[in-house]
Amino acid sequence: MAGPLLSLAGVHTHIGRYHILQGVDLAVEDGGVTVLLGRNGAGKTTTLRTVMGLWKPSAGSVVFAGRPIGGAPTPDIARAGIAYVPESMGIFADLTVEENMVLAARDGPPDAGRLDWIFSVFPALRTFWHHRAGVLSGGQKQMLSIARAVIEPRRLILVDEPTKGIAPAIIESMIRAFLELKATGTTILLVEQNVRFAGAVGDRVAVMDDGRVVHTGSMRELVADAALQARLLGLSLEASH
Amino acid sequence: MTDATASPPTIPRRRLDAWPLVLVPALALVALPLVGSPTSWVTLTVAGLAMGMMIFVVASGLTLIFGLMDVLNFGHGAFIAVGAYVALSALGPLAPWLASGDPVQTVLALLTAAAVAMVVTGALGLVFERVIVRPVYGNHLKQILITMGGLIVAEQLIRVIWGADQKPMPLPAGLRGGIMLGDVAVEKFRLLAVGVGLAVFAAMTLVLNRTKLGLLIRAGVENGEMVEALGYRIRRLFVGVFVAGSALAGLGGTLWALYRETLTADIGGEVMVLVFIVIIIGGLGSVGGCFIGAILVALTANYVGYLAPKLALVSNIALMVAVLMWRPNGLWPVSKR
Repeated sequence: MAGPLLSLAGVHTHIGRYHILQGVDLAVEDGGVTVLLGRNGAGKTTTLRTVMGLWKPSAGSVVFAGRPIGGAPTPDIARAGIAYVPESMGIFADLTVEENMVLAARDGPPDAGRLDWIFSVFPALRTFWHHRAGVLSGGQKQMLSIARAVIEPRRLILVDEPTKGIAPAIIESMIRAFLELKATGTTILLVEQNVRFAGAVGDRVAVMDDGRVVHTGSMRELVADAALQARLLGLSLEASH
Repeated sequence: MTDATASPPTIPRRRLDAWPLVLVPALALVALPLVGSPTSWVTLTVAGLAMGMMIFVVASGLTLIFGLMDVLNFGHGAFIAVGAYVALSALGPLAPWLASGDPVQTVLALLTAAAVAMVVTGALGLVFERVIVRPVYGNHLKQILITMGGLIVAEQLIRVIWGADQKPMPLPAGLRGGIMLGDVAVEKFRLLAVGVGLAVFAAMTLVLNRTKLGLLIRAGVENGEMVEALGYRIRRLFVGVFVAGSALAGLGGTLWALYRETLTADIGGEVMVLVFIVIIIGGLGSVGGCFIGAILVALTANYVGYLAPKLALVSNIALMVAVLMWRPNGLWPVSKR
């Protein structure tokens, strides 16, 4: 397919009286991981929620796989092939791990092969398969949230800060999961503050500030250029290793 | 459901919180010495269970509407009243079956009337959701005002259609009298009410726990936004639950009218006080909590009504206060995001 898988052009989003996105232009290429970086309040989460239809854009266009999806109902956007892992994880605490996965598998029972792959990356989910999701640890809940997004093939996965408050050992599992997922050709748009994680899995980067994308380029270039990091993010990726 | 090999758990497995279940037998056992006569105690307990089941049938739909849609529907009483009146009208042509005294024909006639009442109240629920409730999603104050208004309009329309006078709705001959269990006579209608309530509870439990639709409803009660993000149209689920809840109110109204044997347009309002107490005690959105809450409320009303009639009116409020002091979110609260 020619052109990016997802493109945002001049997108504005208001939440109540607050003007959060102020003309976002962003292109997410098919395949690989695009990382959205930026300080708190820059508009990263709002960008994901706007793409997902959870907040409606007040202006601009959102196009996915050649189809305009800006302002479309969230279920239609999900059915177009976009999965969403929110910052809050959004697991159903009163349902078991199994029930969470069954709901996520929209097109029928979960595929056994895919489930095996998920268990190989996140073994805890097999262990606690019949347990109520509410009793899982924060890291295990995050695993479940990501597993739900990948239980069926999706063209694009939106992931919002998966490493927030997560133990380093689990972050290693996540890096492995993202790299394996990337190898299958799945496209990921990742909001992340953990620059080590972002550097390990990211191919491209877009930096946001004040509701706009202020820089786009390759992740490798950003990691290698301390001056650019300092200018865009006010920190050094090397320093965070 | 998919199978997965479960390793020995290091965190607690899902366990039933059994304490609310203990409350029902505990209440009955406490009441036994206070009532004194075992015969009176059995009669009061069976009557309480029957009343509890009728309240549960009405309240179960409302608790799901509260939990899933976050809608404060004070108009639920309208469906109780309309259901009762529609059942009364439906029973008219079936009078020969009712007069026959044959239990099978009697039950068939009542089933037909209840089915008609459910269909009509379900259809009215669809209209009510579209016209009255949909414009006020997310605004509790407007929901209270407009659904109260809807209830008042419905009651007045009932008076226009069926008349303002009190209507008799006598129990059919086949359901009169009781069955002797030792020295205790248990009224047939009360057994029927218990049977209907248990059947509704079993059906709801089955649907909520064993079907994907049930999973969606339970997930929607917790986090509707995430259900939509998974690709499910929760709006349709809302409408379906609202219609089902309204139909259950129609069924409950039919039972309640037969229990009272008279009908007035404000029959819904008098039940709704108990219904709200029940769903608050049970935990908003919890069908299991609603079931236990309904039994507790009805048993308390019956025991206190027998022991200290002047305290009967406040007994359920006192019960609610006691439960909320113990569990501020109700007996079995539903997790909310």
